[in-house]
Amino acid sequence: MCGIIGVIDRNRQLMDGGKIRDSLAMMDERGSGEGAGYVAYGIYPDYKDYYALHVFFDNIRENKVPLDNLLEKWGTIVHDEQIKTYEQPNIRKVHTPWRYFFRPDRSLMPKSTTPDEDIVTHLVMKVNAEKNGALIFSSGKNLGVFKAAGWPEDVANFYRIEDYKGYLWLAHNRYPTNTSGWWGGAHPFNLLNWSVVHNGEITSYGTNRRYIESYGYKCTMYTDTEVVAYLVDLLVRKHGLSEKLAVRALAPPFWEEIDRMPPKEQELNRAIRLTYGPALMNGPFAICVANENALVGFTDRIKLRPLVSGESGDRLYISSEEAAIRRIDPDVENISMPKAGEPVIGRVYS
Amino acid sequence: MTTVRIDAHRLHYTPLNQKIRAAIADGATEIIIDNVLGQRFIGDGVRGDGVTITVNGVPGGDLGMFMSGPTIIVNGNADHAPGNTMDKGKVIIYGSAGDAVAHSMRGGRVYVRDNIGYRGGIHMKQYMEKRPILVVGGSARAFLGEYMAGGLLIVLGLTGITPISERGVGSGIHGGEILVRGPVDGLHLGVGAKQTPATEEQKVMIKPIIEDFAKQFGLDPAPLLASDYTRISPASARPFANKYTWE
Repeated sequence: MCGIIGVIDRNRQLMDGGKIRDSLAMMDERGSGEGAGYVAYGIYPDYKDYYALHVFFDNIRENKVPLDNLLEKWGTIVHDEQIKTYEQPNIRKVHTPWRYFFRPDRSLMPKSTTPDEDIVTHLVMKVNAEKNGALIFSSGKNLGVFKAAGWPEDVANFYRIEDYKGYLWLAHNRYPTNTSGWWGGAHPFNLLNWSVVHNGEITSYGTNRRYIESYGYKCTMYTDTEVVAYLVDLLVRKHGLSEKLAVRALAPPFWEEIDRMPPKEQELNRAIRLTYGPALMNGPFAICVANENALVGFTDRIKLRPLVSGESGDRLYISSEEAAIRRIDPDVENISMPKAGEPVIGRVYS
Repeated sequence: MTTVRIDAHRLHYTPLNQKIRAAIADGATEIIIDNVLGQRFIGDGVRGDGVTITVNGVPGGDLGMFMSGPTIIVNGNADHAPGNTMDKGKVIIYGSAGDAVAHSMRGGRVYVRDNIGYRGGIHMKQYMEKRPILVVGGSARAFLGEYMAGGLLIVLGLTGITPISERGVGSGIHGGEILVRGPVDGLHLGVGAKQTPATEEQKVMIKPIIEDFAKQFGLDPAPLLASDYTRISPASARPFANKYTWE
């Protein structure tokens, strides 16, 4: 059991993190105080052309220089600084959060059609797999993940989340069940511009992990959710699927449902299931995925976790509970429950 | 009649429930809770026939769990599992409700004016004179009456949507019955469930329930009573006998 909330302003109007914190804190019962986190899009307008790398250092003195050297080898560190944090009685600061604004050197990946993304992905995978006291937990442009082991309100206050203004937010309150809670295991999980929050468990994790690792991704966070971020990156960024078809691949209709579809639709759904069989996610889940243009929410095919959506003007909200949405926006309209396995999508206007 | 008003603005459910219990202990028969937002477990385990608890707002999950006697009226939508393992009394929701409505309910009634989510009436049971009833004015999502062991579900399809349009209705049902206004596509039936047109006797059986539901929400019962119903019931008392045991 975890609590999730996502909101997108389709007109890119900025919202500060204060209400997101209040909303997530309202679902404290869905967590256990062992992990909470936030991601906001649009928070670094002055550095929007650079990759914002958020890093947890175990020890600044020992671990920072090797990472600096690695980044300088692959590009330029435009700016870097410690992420401001504010002491909280219930949070033990076992890591030092740091941010880099990084410009990859494209000439170093001449054969790639997307050299910037591939360099950053390579760096994230390499650093996180080596576990040398540095963990890159956020690597997109003009966005940032803020997370730690703690309760939603404590983690928010630790980063003063209300000081950040974004047009798209995801937040998560964790109740770890299969692995222990730690800073890196808190959600959101992020790679490039993809961020994921997740309530539930992915029982097909082993299959999904083998599949995604065969494409060069490395699972290093001791928890199932990170495969979702990598699967979405693979399906949407690399294979060019729409968000809707990507969700179809991750939570496809049952075969007997496909058998009843009109011929053309049948063909498409068969092709997706056969091509992406190892990407199919089993088990109970409700997930929100975001990139810089869209927010997508969906559940497993037999709806074993809750998900509610609501709208208010340009804003689309997706959450585990209607009340959490109403905490942000008491006048929210069109409250509805997305059908199992079918995505609800909010996209920016331009 | 003694009325007690509670302001639940930013009040955690523990002190809220303490106030409810204290009010009942002091003899209150009407408790009105304002500004409810997301508080779980409201009215859980409370006893007291003739007590009415009005919830103004959107409560959290497990409303009225284990409750025995009182009536809870919700002016708003409810979250997951209102009426969970409820024993006696009534939960009346002027809105919709989330998943697992009337989960494992063992007595009393839950009325939902609009729609319910997935797995409504899951594992509802009955024993002797205890026969729980869930009536849904609108529609129900997949797996309605899953593993149902007793009790009665009625879905009326009043919100302009087909009452049943998703799979797995009565999956593993081995007791109780589901009555749906209008026809149900056989494809939506779960393993272990069968459907038959409701007989006149069965319609007579639900008549007072429908009348009470209609009265509660100010509806005209006549068209509801004139409609045809589909009855979904267990195909056998042990639908999964061959799955788990060999005899």
